[in-house]
Amino acid sequence: MTSRLLLALPFFTVVVLIVLGLAVMLSKRNVVKILMGLSLMESAVNLFLVATGYRHDSVAPIYTNVPAGPMALPTVQALTLTSIVIGVATSAMLLSFAMVIYRKYGTTDIQKIKKLKG
Amino acid sequence: MKMTKIVRTTADLFFPFCLVFGLYVVVHGHLTPGGGFQGGAVMATGTALLLVARAYDDVTGRIRKGAMKVCEAAGLLIFLCAGFSGLFAGRPFMANWIARDGALFRTAIAHGPNAGDLNTAGLLPLLNFGVGIEVLGGLTVILLYMLSGIKEEKKK
Amino acid sequence: MRHVLFSAILLLFFGGLMYLAADLPFGDPPRTDMDDYFLRTAQEQTGANNVVTSIVFDFRGFDTLGEATVLFTAVLGVGMMFRKLKEGEEYEND
Repeated sequence: MTSRLLLALPFFTVVVLIVLGLAVMLSKRNVVKILMGLSLMESAVNLFLVATGYRHDSVAPIYTNVPAGPMALPTVQALTLTSIVIGVATSAMLLSFAMVIYRKYGTTDIQKIKKLKG
Repeated sequence: MKMTKIVRTTADLFFPFCLVFGLYVVVHGHLTPGGGFQGGAVMATGTALLLVARAYDDVTGRIRKGAMKVCEAAGLLIFLCAGFSGLFAGRPFMANWIARDGALFRTAIAHGPNAGDLNTAGLLPLLNFGVGIEVLGGLTVILLYMLSGIKEEKKK
Repeated sequence: MRHVLFSAILLLFFGGLMYLAADLPFGDPPRTDMDDYFLRTAQEQTGANNVVTSIVFDFRGFDTLGEATVLFTAVLGVGMMFRKLKEGEEYEND
């Protein structure tokens, strides 16, 4: 059972991080802490993408002074690059929304920010 | 209140090294791990170091918002023009026409593992440079806008 | 009572995901035809040693154009949030 656990350790880490991020997003009341939970879930998804493209005893897919052996899959790493940049853009916009909400309402408690108009 | 003199001097000392290392990562994007987005993020980290160590009014004398906006727009324009130049050379949009029959960056490389040569890979160093400049400008402009938002609130 | 229910649902979700993640093959991706083609022909068709950069900027350069536009739009959105109001102008939903 433990050897099975050690064999797929990156995927178990991904599951733990997703559940932790979801718990933070659903149970905190401060807006900035909810955004931290979202960032945790995005990191977990990036780790999952990179862990999918690994072969046993492989090296990075770069030909400059490469040691012998099979190479890891390069397409998945390109997908992860795009995903990280989109995560940065989303976090920047959400944080600026949080700042403007605080300036208007005077509080960062989401149970007090309920008015849809005005 | 200000940061101590040691912090401000160390940040001033580190800033050019961060820029040089970021440019190294951008320019060698087709030989070593790295490229446009990673090198641009390293350069923006150097700028953020300067923003953390000094007050807002000290920094905007050196890193102006207008200059960073020009950097960002110029980066995206370089990317688009390099893409359209493939159309003028008679090949599809954003095709790597320099690697076949252009003048710059056209040394062919041997197959298999080799020590890298900077003079290869056609259109790729140009695209890397454009994206690096755009990420530096974009992240710095985001940081400057957020800092000016805090300052205006404190003034009220 | 609400906290106990919330924790029980999260633990159930965690158990279900762990059971599914135990079946994923690590180190043995099932189909590698496209990636083997990229690894074989990237040096000759692109002239770059870094296969990931040649995928991001040459084989799939159009996606990178879209991503640069997304970054530009995010900066545009942040700049719109923090604009300076002119004299006598208030936030318009009061």
